[in-house]
Amino acid sequence: MKVVIRHQKREVEVAGRRRVRDVLVELGINPESVLVIRGAQLLTHDTQVGDEDMIELRPVVSGGGA
Amino acid sequence: MRCQKCKGTATVELRRHHTAFCNAHFIEFFDRQVLRAIERERMFTREDRILVAVSGGKDSLALWDVLRRSGYAATGLYINLGIGAYSRESHQKSVAYAEAHGAELLIADIPEDYGMSVEEFARATGRVSCSACGLSKRYLFNRVALDGGFTVVATGHNLDDEAAVLLGNLLHWQTEYLARQAPVLESTHPRLVKKVKPFFRIAEREAAAYAIIQGIDYIVEECPNSAGARSLLYKDALNLLEQAAPGTKQSLYWGFLERGRPLVRAQDDAALRDCLHCGAPTTGEVCAFCRMTELAAERMRIRRGVSHAEPVSTP
Repeated sequence: MKVVIRHQKREVEVAGRRRVRDVLVELGINPESVLVIRGAQLLTHDTQVGDEDMIELRPVVSGGGA
Repeated sequence: MRCQKCKGTATVELRRHHTAFCNAHFIEFFDRQVLRAIERERMFTREDRILVAVSGGKDSLALWDVLRRSGYAATGLYINLGIGAYSRESHQKSVAYAEAHGAELLIADIPEDYGMSVEEFARATGRVSCSACGLSKRYLFNRVALDGGFTVVATGHNLDDEAAVLLGNLLHWQTEYLARQAPVLESTHPRLVKKVKPFFRIAEREAAAYAIIQGIDYIVEECPNSAGARSLLYKDALNLLEQAAPGTKQSLYWGFLERGRPLVRAQDDAALRDCLHCGAPTTGEVCAFCRMTELAAERMRIRRGVSHAEPVSTP
């Protein structure tokens, strides 16, 4: 599957069917810091995704500020 | 994973609440959390005129959206900070939301009104960008609210923002800042408008989920000046803890409000008076915003080789 990592401005290919949680672990991304989107739909971490899917990892952490 | 309410497919898991919801029931949950915060903390009522600080990001647009849908009189205020492409895109997102929803949006423009961007303020006065930016925003939220007859300013600060600020203040034992950290800052001066944070019960990923489910087009890219900000480091640290122990951020911040803040509250008693230059409330003779803009203007004049002092332009 194609994984668009929005905050790192890069795309990676991950092969094989697995849970969203496992994709995040494989990519070293803390699940607390992103939402996972397929199409316009949010996915929970137990959702199975496969080779035909394209998912976006959308960062939720924002800030800086004073 | 199934929605706790309808048993349909869940889209948002809330580990700190041991639950998950589908889109419709997540929005129902989200609304309830925000309305409960507004009512319990007596933030405002439907009689108030609310000025919502809008940045074009997920939190502020989500807040504006919830308030409007819930029948509150909420007007947006967008401040152009003059931060290049980032400001242009955030302005465009804010205007697009207002137009799509028929909502009133006020615009304040720092480069136009004060002759330079917040980055230039920072460079000219030796401040870090985030400090000049925060000071400018706080000043203008209050000033625009006061001039426009708004009774309260609402910002989109969420649980993660507040927990990260709290962690920073605790790590350095900033007791003065600890005393002032609260979801409601009452007006303590006739020219100081009440400030509230209706999202203090809402986690950052919940605000993002709300925006996505509601189809709100917000700016995802971060302010270029926030790279390396200490607050982001604190958020990363808290997210590591949250991943291992859901509810950590909530426990830290809500626990502080309940048990920690009363211990430091007594120190929050600085007397306010009118700034000699602009009339804004301040603890000194001249407010921090006037001091920054005047110093920046003076240094710019020196750099340009203009020797005589001209008054700083004010809107």
